[in-house]
Amino acid sequence: MSIFGKLTLESVPYHEPIIMVTLAVVAVVGLVIAGLITKYKQWSVLWHDWITSIDHKRLGIMYIVLALVMLVRGFADAIMMRSQLALATNGAAGYLPPEHYDQIFSAHGVIMIIFMAMPFMIGLMNIIVPLQVGARDVAFPFLNNLSFWLTAGGAILINISLAVGEFARTGWVAYPPLSELAYSPGVGVDYYIWALQLSGMGTLLTAVNFLVTVFKMRAPGMRLMQMPIFTWTCTWANILVAASFPILTAVLAMLTLDRYLGFHFFTNEAGGNAMMYINLFWAWGHPEVYILILPAFGIFSEVISTFTGKRLFGYKSMVYASGAISILGFIVWLHHFFTMGSSANVNAFFGVMTMIIAVPTGAKLFNWLFTMYRGRLRITVPVLWTIGFMVTFTIGGMTGVLLAIPGADYVLHNSLFLIAHFHNTILGGAVFGYFAGFNYWFPKAMGFKLHEGWGKASFWCWLVGFFVAFMPLYVLGFLGMTRRLNHTNNPEWNLWLYIAAVGGVIIMFGIIFQFIQLYVSFKERKQLKDTTGDPWNGHTLEWSTASPPQFYNFGHIPTVHDIDAWTDMKEKGIAYKLLDKYLPIHMPKNTSAGVLMSLGFTGFGFAMIWHIWWLAIVGLVFAIGVYIKRCYSRDVDYFVMPEEVHEIEQAHAAAAAKEVTA
Amino acid sequence: MNTAANYLTPDAAVHEHGGHEEHTSHSVFGFWLYLMTDCLLFASFFATYAVLYMNTAGGVSGKDIFELDYVAIETAALLLSSITFGFAMITAQGQKQRATLGWLLVTFAFGAVFIGMEINEFHHLIAEGYGPQKSAFLSAFFSLVGLHGLHVTAGLIWMTVMMIEVVRRGLGHQTVTRLSCLSLFWHFLDIVWICVFTVVYLMGAM
Repeated sequence: MSIFGKLTLESVPYHEPIIMVTLAVVAVVGLVIAGLITKYKQWSVLWHDWITSIDHKRLGIMYIVLALVMLVRGFADAIMMRSQLALATNGAAGYLPPEHYDQIFSAHGVIMIIFMAMPFMIGLMNIIVPLQVGARDVAFPFLNNLSFWLTAGGAILINISLAVGEFARTGWVAYPPLSELAYSPGVGVDYYIWALQLSGMGTLLTAVNFLVTVFKMRAPGMRLMQMPIFTWTCTWANILVAASFPILTAVLAMLTLDRYLGFHFFTNEAGGNAMMYINLFWAWGHPEVYILILPAFGIFSEVISTFTGKRLFGYKSMVYASGAISILGFIVWLHHFFTMGSSANVNAFFGVMTMIIAVPTGAKLFNWLFTMYRGRLRITVPVLWTIGFMVTFTIGGMTGVLLAIPGADYVLHNSLFLIAHFHNTILGGAVFGYFAGFNYWFPKAMGFKLHEGWGKASFWCWLVGFFVAFMPLYVLGFLGMTRRLNHTNNPEWNLWLYIAAVGGVIIMFGIIFQFIQLYVSFKERKQLKDTTGDPWNGHTLEWSTASPPQFYNFGHIPTVHDIDAWTDMKEKGIAYKLLDKYLPIHMPKNTSAGVLMSLGFTGFGFAMIWHIWWLAIVGLVFAIGVYIKRCYSRDVDYFVMPEEVHEIEQAHAAAAAKEVTA
Repeated sequence: MNTAANYLTPDAAVHEHGGHEEHTSHSVFGFWLYLMTDCLLFASFFATYAVLYMNTAGGVSGKDIFELDYVAIETAALLLSSITFGFAMITAQGQKQRATLGWLLVTFAFGAVFIGMEINEFHHLIAEGYGPQKSAFLSAFFSLVGLHGLHVTAGLIWMTVMMIEVVRRGLGHQTVTRLSCLSLFWHFLDIVWICVFTVVYLMGAM
């Protein structure tokens, strides 16, 4: 075997015009960005202030940039699928050959869940949770940087698969025996495995980091039952991550052993059991969807209570409902494969458990409605996303309860009804939530508000597009169309497939408008500037800081007496008060160790995919070496002096006072 | 610490200062959480072993290949290493550098005996033709026991690094915190091994 393992020049798909054009576009865009960075001499800023930053706010912004980039990639896959299915009716072949189409739907699922939704959620959590609990940073800032770069490393691997080799053709779940070497001899599944392992490691470290942060670093006086609701839902999500991601690590490791060393965990031969993979996969996969949705629930709660100007209705029940959802989320995994053929009692148990989840979720919806009741709701962009969610998610929840009936599931399993259902909940639930949070917290992170008009235009395109694209899939499910079809030959389906494609185009305009919104807001950032740090009259501590927040977050850490700590301080007239004397603030220094370790791990992953064993060893040893070196570095922290703190705090208080008197 | 009634008394600023105790408690708590995730990793492999251990594909089962006497010595080595690590921690708390190093060395030796014996067992089985490729049972057996072995190996590497740290930097606050984390890790692996010994070897050989 050559020193490049299985990697040859033929691994690049020159013969695929779609891929080559995509790569050309990516190359041009990349060169333009690099050129702009060079022109404005920003390379040093990029390295010192961003790539090596261990500031949770900057890491959060980088997570969201990653999520938006991957949203474009994932959506490109989506629109290709919708257009292919609209063209390939009546037995026509369409423009995407099956082997390419299979990679597209697999990549779409992995990208949207692992590299779009997860980074978006973790990005918002990074920016907001330490601020909400009154902490200066997370418990382990260096680890936080490493987590981000591991996630980015996974994303890089999945994007490399576009240019070098192929991606999995197995669907985003990579079920064996299809994903075993015998049926997927290419590198596609290996890309899948290592991209998920890298990002999974990053996510797990993030969860541990944030759990320590909220349990150990809350501001004085803040009891657990006084944590802001978004922090609570993120905490439940982190508990779920800590409890479920190791299962994914394990099951992928077993698949790796099967593929690389000829083990027989999930093969057809020698006693392997493919259903074991499917059980373990969903023992992670089902909690995963609650990991995605719970923080979104928190965002809606914050948005609704802020923009009605009221305290959240039923705070305690929200916290307990989230806990109930988290626990129940762990005992429903079998509903993903009722058709496995378990006994009726087993299926009934998992069906009932699944239906029970609707109860705490319903309680949440009523809490939001009661929060709005007799409030003065300001119809802003975050509120629109929230109301859109409440309608959409309710429909998704009801179709979920339908699917939870094992008998019905036997009819609908793997049909487009299922596809419509989970997009209804993940897109109309989680992603709508992240967009609400994006518009809500954008001024906090960036210092200026987002343009309302373009935000509303984008929302309406997304909402209308969503219904036009996905409601037909419910119908198609009932008409018997299954998922992952490359082309169809049933005249009854045609009309619905055309409508769904139109919906895809409407969503595309929603995405385009979001980028226009970003561009316009950036151009008008002076008019949209948030001078007070509290543009919405918020309730929680993140709004007590400047926008963007001081790099040390809090000049001095406030003592908390209420769930809505910031409202409480405003009512008592002690908001924006300066201290006579500040203490030195202990801060961690930026470090390149995280990005270098991730470089080693990503190199390791790439080498494993292509069986370049020497490079795998080099990558792994390099990553571990950098880590040990970091552990023994003494140059890891510094103090911000009181004079500097005083100056920054004074500027913030003065800007806020000017705004209030004006 | 939470008595500061006013929002803005300078006293409240005391909280803002991450002292040594606070730093230690964050690290140890974070490490506990990591261990719990590791526990779930093992749980997944245990569950898989439980599902697959009868799938011998007509080949050997646990009864045919496990040698309890051999594994008993292995187990004794690992359990003793836990005790000696306990002594290392006591001496480290007492700031006795030489004694700490000595106990760490003894712990390392016991750990190395364990790993050596495990490698020998694996080598022996593969040479006999009972490698992990032969059946789902053997796949599950090799990976569960091997996963534990990998952890112990990582622990040995970590212990080596810590011994160098103790020699070079003495028993400072950070070093003792790191030793505490390693000690948690080591005891955790001991507990996991007791489960492996029971579920795989004892129940398999009976």
